[in-house]
Amino acid sequence: MHSKRKLVLAVTGLNNTDNPGPGIPVIRAIKESPDLDVRVIGLAYETLEPGIYLRDLVDKVYLIPYPSEGSEAVLDRLTYIQGREHIEALIPNFDAELYAFIKSEEKLRDMGIRTFLPSLEQLEERHKNNLPEFGKKYRLLVPDSQAIYSENEIRKLPEDFEFPVMVKGKFYDAYIAYNEEQIVSHFNKISAKWGLPVIIQEFIRGTEVNVVALGDGKGNTIGAVPMRKQYITDKGKAWGGITLDNPDMLELTHKIIRRTKWRGGMELELIRTEENQYYILEINPRIPAWVYLAVGAGQNLPEAMVKLMLGMEVKPFTSYDIGKIFVRYSYDMIIDMKDFEKISTQGEI
Amino acid sequence: MKIRKNIAVSDTGFVFDPSTGESFTVNEVGQEIIKMMQEGLSFDQISEQITKEYDIDAAGFEKYYQDFIEMLNQFKLLEYER
Repeated sequence: MHSKRKLVLAVTGLNNTDNPGPGIPVIRAIKESPDLDVRVIGLAYETLEPGIYLRDLVDKVYLIPYPSEGSEAVLDRLTYIQGREHIEALIPNFDAELYAFIKSEEKLRDMGIRTFLPSLEQLEERHKNNLPEFGKKYRLLVPDSQAIYSENEIRKLPEDFEFPVMVKGKFYDAYIAYNEEQIVSHFNKISAKWGLPVIIQEFIRGTEVNVVALGDGKGNTIGAVPMRKQYITDKGKAWGGITLDNPDMLELTHKIIRRTKWRGGMELELIRTEENQYYILEINPRIPAWVYLAVGAGQNLPEAMVKLMLGMEVKPFTSYDIGKIFVRYSYDMIIDMKDFEKISTQGEI
Repeated sequence: MKIRKNIAVSDTGFVFDPSTGESFTVNEVGQEIIKMMQEGLSFDQISEQITKEYDIDAAGFEKYYQDFIEMLNQFKLLEYER
C-alpha cells in the first residue's frame, strides 16, 4: 500500500489580501500531494493575515518578528517554535525575509529545518539594482536601469533615459513617471516605504507576461509555466490569468536557470515587445501568489519543491495544460474574538 | 498568408491565441471566412462562396474582406509564407 510521507511544514506569506502572499496557494498545492501528509505551521507577521484563520489549511499559527528586527530575533522565535513542532521543511514566501532565511540556512539545518532557497549570491545578483550587470553576465535582455540613493541624483540621470521611465522600490511598488517632477514624487513615496535605493528603469513598451519556475540548483528546470495576467488590480497584482503556449518564454526560463544554476522557486516578469523580444523586468526569487494556476495546469511546483528539500525523487515536468485560467475572489470569514485575542496576546493559535 | 497554425477557432466563433492568451469572438461570417482560410482557400474562392451565400457583390465583399484581414493582422493571428 502507498503510504504518505508525514511532514511538518512551515510557511510564511499568509497575507491573502489584495496584495496576496504566496503562502495559502503554496499550502493548498502541497495539501493536494498524493505522496505527502502535511501538518502546516503558518508563520505570520500580523494578526489579521487571513491565512491565520483558514483552519482547514493551516493547522497551527505562530507570529514571528519582522526581518527588520534581525535574523537573530527570527531564529530565537523559530527555536521556540521548533521546540514544540519539529518542523522539517520551511518555505519563506516574502522577498523581504529571504535574506535572513538564506543567511540562517545552516543554523536552520542544525535545528532540523530544511529550506530550498537560492544562494545569497544568486539572490543579490538578480536584484533590481543589479539587473544591468546580471543581463550582461548571463547574456540576457534587460531594460537599462540605475539605482539612486538621493533626490539629487535624479537631476544627474544620464540623458539616454527617455521619458516615460519606471520608478521602482527595491522590493515592491512600481510607478510610471512622465517627467522629472513625477520621478521626485515617486522617489519620495517609495523610499519612505521601502528604503533605498530606488530604481529608475527604462520603460519597455509591450505586453507583460510571467513565468513561474522551479530550479534544482544544478541548472535543471524542474517545471515552468508561462502566464499572461488578464485582470490586474490597482496594485498591479494578477487577479486573473491564463497559461500560454509559448516556447520562447520557456526557452528563456530554461536558459536563465541553466546559466545561473538557480535553486528554488522563481517568478520571471517579462515584457514582450512588438518585435517579439523578451526583456526581463524582474526575477522574483520565490514562488509567486498565482502559483496555483500552475498546479491547476498540471505542474505542482510547491510539492516538487518540498520533495527536493526532503531528497525525494522528482522528475521534471514536461507539459502543462494551455489556456487554463485562474480567477481570484475575495471572501469574508467570520472570526470569533477569542481567536483574535489568542493570536494577539499569546502570539500563537 | 494564412491563419497561424496554433490559433484555435471553436464552433461558437471563439478565437484563442494560445501564445499570447488573447481571445476574440467573430460572427458567423467571420467564422466561415477563417475556416475557409484554414482550409487553404484563395481570396477568389472565398469571395465566390460568400457572394453566392450572402447578398453582397464581389467588389463590396473585397472591401469588407480587406478590413477583416487587416484586423486579423493587427491581432497577429496571421502568418505569411516566405
